[in-house]
Amino acid sequence: MATQIEKEDVVVKFVGDSGDGMQLTGTLFSDTSALDGNDIATFPDYPAEIRAPHNTIAGVSGFQVHIGKKIYSSGDQCDVLVAMNPASLASNLKWAKKGAVIIVDIDTFTEEAINKAGYKNNPFEDESLLGYTTIKAPITTLTREAVKDIFTDKKSAERSRNMFALGMVFFIYDKELTHTYSYLEKKFKKNPDVIKANKAVVSAGYNYCDNTDVFQLPRIEVKHAQMPKGKYRNITGNIATAWGLLAAAEKAKLNLFLGSYPITPATDILIELSKYKSLGARVFQAEDEIAGICSAIGASFAGALACTSTSGPGLSLKSEAIGLAVMTELPLVIVDVQRGGPSTGLPTKTEQSDLYQALFGRNGEAPCIVVAASSSANSFYWAFQAAKLSLETMTPTILLTDGYLGNGSQLFRIPKMEDLPEINPPFAKENDSTYLPYKRDMDTFVRQWAIPGMEGLRHRIGGLEKSDGKGSVSTDNDNHQLMVNYRAEKVKKVANRIPDQEVLGKEDADLLVIGWGGTLGALKLAVEEMIDEGKSIAFTHFNYIMPLPKNTGEILKKHKKIVVCELNMGQFVNYLRMEFENTSFYQYNKTQGLPFEVKELKEKFNQLLEK
Amino acid sequence: MAIEHSSVQLTKADFASDQMVKWCPGCGDHAVLAAILGIFPEIGYKKENFCVVSGIGCSSRFPYYVNTYGFHGIHGRAAAIATGIKIANPKLSLWIASGDGDATAIGGNHFIHVIRRNMDVNYILFNNRIYGLTKGQYSPTTKQGQITKTSPFGVIDYPFNPGELVIGAQGTFFARAIDNSPKSLGQVCRAMAQHDGAAIVEVLQNCVIFNDKTHAEVTDKEFKEERQLWLEQGKPMIFGKDRNKGLILEDNHLKVVEIGKDGIKEEDILIHDATRENTGVHMMLAQMKPPYFPVAFGVIRAVKKPTYNQIFEQQMQEQKECSKIQCVDDLLNSGETWEI
Repeated sequence: MATQIEKEDVVVKFVGDSGDGMQLTGTLFSDTSALDGNDIATFPDYPAEIRAPHNTIAGVSGFQVHIGKKIYSSGDQCDVLVAMNPASLASNLKWAKKGAVIIVDIDTFTEEAINKAGYKNNPFEDESLLGYTTIKAPITTLTREAVKDIFTDKKSAERSRNMFALGMVFFIYDKELTHTYSYLEKKFKKNPDVIKANKAVVSAGYNYCDNTDVFQLPRIEVKHAQMPKGKYRNITGNIATAWGLLAAAEKAKLNLFLGSYPITPATDILIELSKYKSLGARVFQAEDEIAGICSAIGASFAGALACTSTSGPGLSLKSEAIGLAVMTELPLVIVDVQRGGPSTGLPTKTEQSDLYQALFGRNGEAPCIVVAASSSANSFYWAFQAAKLSLETMTPTILLTDGYLGNGSQLFRIPKMEDLPEINPPFAKENDSTYLPYKRDMDTFVRQWAIPGMEGLRHRIGGLEKSDGKGSVSTDNDNHQLMVNYRAEKVKKVANRIPDQEVLGKEDADLLVIGWGGTLGALKLAVEEMIDEGKSIAFTHFNYIMPLPKNTGEILKKHKKIVVCELNMGQFVNYLRMEFENTSFYQYNKTQGLPFEVKELKEKFNQLLEK
Repeated sequence: MAIEHSSVQLTKADFASDQMVKWCPGCGDHAVLAAILGIFPEIGYKKENFCVVSGIGCSSRFPYYVNTYGFHGIHGRAAAIATGIKIANPKLSLWIASGDGDATAIGGNHFIHVIRRNMDVNYILFNNRIYGLTKGQYSPTTKQGQITKTSPFGVIDYPFNPGELVIGAQGTFFARAIDNSPKSLGQVCRAMAQHDGAAIVEVLQNCVIFNDKTHAEVTDKEFKEERQLWLEQGKPMIFGKDRNKGLILEDNHLKVVEIGKDGIKEEDILIHDATRENTGVHMMLAQMKPPYFPVAFGVIRAVKKPTYNQIFEQQMQEQKECSKIQCVDDLLNSGETWEI
């Protein structure tokens, strides 16, 4: 048996046809690793089609898992690539490190499938795979063999192929199979044959490596995480967002209302919240995006913590209604899980290109609060914070996450509700004879929230401009100017409620790297590595976008060069240029539907430092 | 779910608004406002429990003219806004004011879905067959061939009949009334208020400025008796100056007959039953129009069916009773967790 070595972190990528069960395989590997004590981050990469044509590049579905001692992102390139067919190998070899272990199901490398994948020759017979450690496992054959007493038909027998590959990877990283067993027992409770078959196959995969000499390298033990003590779970960004909203509703002692329409990659928020009627979550699947937000605006008027969840195209459809929420000064959380655009764009791929839309995409002077989550796990806190700010300032708030955060998962340290901050919306008092719908707190410019059913506070609001105080319809010129100013100032004053922006590294470093939202992991890792290498580099990452933290200008002044990195063509950098006219910014942009890689970031930063 | 009643007898004055009503003199909207102000106190709910919602258009100014909680929304979206209010707080009585453009053009999707779901709202559709607030463009209910500002050579579109839309969308309540008949307006609005579920009342409303007399061939006094069939539950469908005309079913179609002619007796005339689940006769009644038929008024359809809100609240109750997850701490600690 091979010897064992230790590694700080490893990346494993499972790729196959979209029906091959790669998402489940990856999830089981990441959950097992987390239970075993590793820090984790995952990144599913799947096509928009549910079942694209068999054995084609278009149909390849992948799931990348990064495990180790301290994990910020799902990793650039992988140490182990599991490819269940030629198309998945062809499209993913570029994501494997030089020297990586490539596991393939050699049974699938028929001439037809090889041609379909776009190979001119069998990649095992030319130089395509030179420099990699390849394991050509007859996975289909061995899977069929393992279940021959359970399933005789080909389709059922081959369905567990993914478990064979999982077993092999478990062997390589010396992981236990117990979690996978208990998962299978729960998942297929009603189908004992399926449990038996899957268990047999996962252990067959493990034993195949153990009993033969196919894997000749040392087995690898991945270092355990050094994380603050506490109770943890694995969580995706979308689920964290949903839970953050539930937590905010409970803290504010309000019902949660979600009005939403299914859209990739935001649908999981709707699915998740639909489960929790027991927590008072009132979830409404609307007939369209517009009804989603309009029902939420109605629910907000009626006194709920109202939310709508969507992705870019849906946010476009909601624009007019966001303006209505701005005008009626009602709390409303709009979650935008960004994806590649414009139009339908790249529904399943990530991008940060809705920032302009979030900041400016409405008719009239219509400022909203805009915040962005920066990791799958912290989506919980940003959803909570978006709700808190919105409720306490009676201002619609847009929370930006993205497909990478939403579908990706991370370890999440479970908080206690008692440790979360209080949320105190500015409710009006019943029968307050001085109540006026547009009377404001003159420090914050926030109006009061009077809810239908409350005695003595009947009033009417709507999309027409309202007179200051009384809130009657008004077309008076001076009043309009006054109200426009109030709405803008109210949002600016939110800066008084938020903490200062923090900087990683020396505050006078030559190069300041700026990021926002979902790119935190890769940026932070790149900068930390460069600081360790002795480079004069610092990093600041924005979650509060509108308004910006008050010390932002101060931070910018201290660095010779500043580079703003984002997965769009420069939306945040241009916003900063607007706000800080005299500062000059470099920018680094990418719109390939993919997260940043640490390698490309470091190259760019080194170039800038040498400039 | 019951809506709390007022402990004191309310009057019209309790709902009178301090806002100047800015509809044109002679506009049919005034009559609907008067009818609503008449029946709100009668319904008896606490005045804070009424909520009036609208979209955009002349009639959508309605919330400003009733002293209740009110929401003047954006074009076409009243039904969606009202849906959110009702789901968030089912103990409110929801009233929607909408026009033919608002409800059947830009808001058509919300209109059919609020009906399909049987959301517990009262929906008044002011049908003047024109865009009034934007000064005279044709709407989805404008007659084919009519000259308007945007149809200088005549409207090409086939018009919607709101009744067909409501019944086609599985509506449980549809009634029709006329702005010049305050008594009947009050009656259908009362019936609407008593109905649990999406209740739609189409008011044939006159726009004196941009579409004057659009309904005149039915609503004018001279045609009243011959071209209006006022339906009453359990009563034969009889109309005409001499109360001698009625409807029968022949070959599965409605037919106008004369009592005393061709052997037709009063007992041969169809009896109106708005509560029948089958939509057949209701649909045919909603479709009737001159010259061969009178137009049907009153409550055409009023069918009992659980509302969205009743089922929703039942699920909420069940989940609160049986779910293991009773607070967010339970949720956070559910499923697979581990200590580090």
